[in-house]
Amino acid sequence: MKILVFLLFCVFGFSRAELIRVFAAADLQYALKEIVELYEKKYPEDKIELIFGSSGKGFAQIRAGAPFHIYFSANMKYVEELYREGYITTEPKLYAVGRIVVWTRKDSPLDPSKFPEVLLDPRVKRIAIANWEHAPYGRASKEALQAYGVFEKIKDKLVLGDNISQTASFVYSGAAEVGIIALSLALAPQMQAKGKYWLIPEEKHERLAQGYGITKEGEKFKSVKRFYHFVGSPEARKILVKYGFLLPGEVGR
Amino acid sequence: MTDINPVPIWLTVKLSLLTTLVLLIIGIPISYYLAYTKSRLGLVIEALTTLPLVLPPTVLGFYLLLLFSKEGFIGPLWYKVFDRQLVFHFEGIVIASVIYSLPMMVHPLTSGFRSVPKNIIEASWTLGRSKIETLFRVILPNMKASVLTGIVLSFAHTIGEFGVVLMVGGNIEGQTRVVSIAIYDAVEAIDYKTAHVYASLLFMLSFISLVMLYAVNRRWSL
Repeated sequence: MKILVFLLFCVFGFSRAELIRVFAAADLQYALKEIVELYEKKYPEDKIELIFGSSGKGFAQIRAGAPFHIYFSANMKYVEELYREGYITTEPKLYAVGRIVVWTRKDSPLDPSKFPEVLLDPRVKRIAIANWEHAPYGRASKEALQAYGVFEKIKDKLVLGDNISQTASFVYSGAAEVGIIALSLALAPQMQAKGKYWLIPEEKHERLAQGYGITKEGEKFKSVKRFYHFVGSPEARKILVKYGFLLPGEVGR
Repeated sequence: MTDINPVPIWLTVKLSLLTTLVLLIIGIPISYYLAYTKSRLGLVIEALTTLPLVLPPTVLGFYLLLLFSKEGFIGPLWYKVFDRQLVFHFEGIVIASVIYSLPMMVHPLTSGFRSVPKNIIEASWTLGRSKIETLFRVILPNMKASVLTGIVLSFAHTIGEFGVVLMVGGNIEGQTRVVSIAIYDAVEAIDYKTAHVYASLLFMLSFISLVMLYAVNRRWSL
């Protein structure tokens, strides 16, 4: 019995340490990790934990009481909704307008710039896109496919990733021949080394306004606010721009 | 970024040890009852304890999520007592794991109790030992192999848990991101190196515990 009490004590004691817990849309997978590295070098006393997933999942988890301090969504609407409901206490702030690309491996004979014809190529057995029910990039991908008038034709070839990062891993591993993924992921070193991509024109889908905010849970911590402001600083912006996260009016590399 | 984060490993070990300990404590009385009862209720309880083995983890995860949530049955009570939620927290996945791995403990223990010859037990009773004393001094020492099997299987099964933890715990570092979930995360991030390290670790850990189990079992059964 004493051991049990001791173990329980360890459990509760251990989990009480404070840190900045960030839920971020999966398209931030690489960019945000770089920003955090820079931030932690500057403020070594702060510790940041990143959790990546689809924006819809983060939205649902925050409403269910998940202990996240900052929420980055690939779709502004989720942040606005949480703000209206009081789960997010800072006014939703835009950090980028997202873009989607057609991606194939370098060793594939397919040419992504031949979009949308490339999807109808008989060698294409599987096309990876994110699940449009809860991933904003999936919704944009579906809209683009519809705008090009190919959605109905290729519907049976679609494999749905849970979030945009999983979608990228489907094409990266070769499980799907073509994928529609976030530009930010295509610009990540691993993906760039292995693949080629073509940027889908912005007017083919609804604008992917991406926003973030501090949650009710994170409001009380000074360090949370510090990181929140850091993301908007010029040095963090430089990293975001490198990954194609542009604000209106901002120029890429 | 290339070095391996030890937190999920520590969390997995902590979760498995704690779950096994809790299971041992509640598993013994449940199995004792199941082994010796003749009532119909025993059948129902036996079926209930086996359910987690056949149900998809998502069914279990879904019901636990409802139970743990703010509007649920246990959620608000826990919140009042400990001032924190069960969902997305370590305590929540401990409870979920205990239910998930229950058959791994109860099955070996129940068959262990049934294998102990009834006459030794009765002899102990007639010699004036109480039921509790008989349990700890006579029955359990005669079914060491079953107890060990229950412990090792519960431990290994909890290490391998994925679906329930993901549903009830989310994916939160230091709270609920155990190794199996960290692997899923690493594969999504196309970080195959990290995935390899974690995956081989789980493979070895599970393999070694099973080999040890069979080695000890063989010695004790001779």
